[in-house]
Amino acid sequence: MQIYLPIAEVSINAFLLLGLGGIVGFMSGMFGVGGGFLITPLLFFIGIPPAVAVATGANQVVASSVSGVLAQWKRKAVDVRMGLVMQAGGLVGSAFGIAVFARLAALGQVDLFVQLCYVLFLGVIGALMLHESVRSLRRARKATTLVRRTHSHTWVHRLPFKMKFRASGLYISVLPPLAIGAGVGFLSAIMGVGGGFIMVPAMIYLLGMPTKVVVGTSLFQIILVSAFTTLMHAITSGTVDIMLALLLIIGSVVGAQVGARVGVKLQAEQLRILLALMVLAVSLKVGADLVLPPGETYSVTPEAVQ
Amino acid sequence: MIRALAFCLAFALPAAAQEESIVAGLSQTSISITTNYVGSEILVFGAVRREAPAPAGPPLDVIVVVEGPHTPVVVRRKERNLGIWMNAEAERIESAPSFYAIATTGPLNEVLSEEDDLRERITIGQAIKLADDDDTADSQPFTDALLRVRQASGRYRINESSVWLDEQTLFRADVALPSDLIEGQYRVRIFLTREGQVIDVLERDIGVRKAGLERFLYSLSREQSLLYGLLSLALAVLAGWGASAIFQRLRR
Repeated sequence: MQIYLPIAEVSINAFLLLGLGGIVGFMSGMFGVGGGFLITPLLFFIGIPPAVAVATGANQVVASSVSGVLAQWKRKAVDVRMGLVMQAGGLVGSAFGIAVFARLAALGQVDLFVQLCYVLFLGVIGALMLHESVRSLRRARKATTLVRRTHSHTWVHRLPFKMKFRASGLYISVLPPLAIGAGVGFLSAIMGVGGGFIMVPAMIYLLGMPTKVVVGTSLFQIILVSAFTTLMHAITSGTVDIMLALLLIIGSVVGAQVGARVGVKLQAEQLRILLALMVLAVSLKVGADLVLPPGETYSVTPEAVQ
Repeated sequence: MIRALAFCLAFALPAAAQEESIVAGLSQTSISITTNYVGSEILVFGAVRREAPAPAGPPLDVIVVVEGPHTPVVVRRKERNLGIWMNAEAERIESAPSFYAIATTGPLNEVLSEEDDLRERITIGQAIKLADDDDTADSQPFTDALLRVRQASGRYRINESSVWLDEQTLFRADVALPSDLIEGQYRVRIFLTREGQVIDVLERDIGVRKAGLERFLYSLSREQSLLYGLLSLALAVLAGWGASAIFQRLRR
């Protein structure tokens, strides 16, 4: 069943979009990430214009984060105060990202910048995650439990403007959460991702938050930032395709619930290795497109007539 | 039916000054893009109208050109820089058709002379306009690339020998329109040629408009973008909440 998308102005098979949303939702449910980093490149691949893919991807992230945060909320695994501080930073970062996106689009370098962001962030995060999980898997095999200090004091703890975060059991400066929020908001606007794959490690290693509140808090913060990003894209460039979003969302919310069910059955370390490999694979694919000689060195972009 | 209609048209129109002129119609004069739009085919049909018997000599040829709305485009060339392929030079082309299809009765270089092509702007290359101050030699690779890229994606097509011409009088051509049409007036031109010389031209228009839900969503996103954005968000929140609520029910 072909369906004509009103904003993307292409006709695409509706089941392909439902399936795409389903696969991404399945993975996001299994790994506890928003899945934006998968859906945006996949949309490029099936011929959705990049600007529409990024904006609509952000809209899809809102749906999958809402779906995810509700489950975490019931477990009281959301640090609302930390989430709000990060959101404040996130809004600034997102607004800045939208402006950079528009400027780069005018220069014709937006594709390059988005691709470089993908290669860099996914590559680094994927490699770190793989390294970390392989090491802890080995450690588990040797059955020697290594004690990790929960409160290692670093430079992060010497900054001013301290604030109590009760749910996380932390008394730290608001500056690092603000900065992390801003960075993730920027990436959300540029890459059409929620940024969970960056925020989760940052919360654990930089802020020292307990693992049990990390996923819920990151989902909570992603909702508002990606909602803001969606709204900004809709207003400044009119690139959110509601029809495309609807199909992706239906696929992904169903997929996410199934994925969460499967995820429970797998071992946490195995899950992390799988996720790391997938993140690395996306990064390598995008990287290869940048380095390998393209089949056609010219590209054509219609200029929007206002 | 169509032929009968063509003949009716032939007699209804006033006589032209030329010895041979075109009478033609289109199977549709407007196209609505709805949710299930997958492309469409327009039938261009007609006849050659004569006051006297057909003159002896080389046979007639028919060229049908369907042309989408023009927009400015930017053509960019990638170059290798620090091991990475990135956009380097760019050339702005003042106006290029978003869609262009040519159908003819024979090989294009036989049915159309170069002078008449220049005068009537028939081939795709003639339809592309550069900015006035542009040096043609510099932008040549970019315009060539535009033609190549759009031909590969099916936006520009040349279908030689696809027009059917019967008894030097009746003709018909089917032109397929792609599913990724943009809105606007599409111009259909029909040329009658002999030995490459254009004898007569006829022009018709097809209006392409989004309709129904497509129309509503598209104009909402342009005119009420805040409302549209909020609607997209409401949809996302509702779907996310709904899915988790439904699945929780199922689990019990």
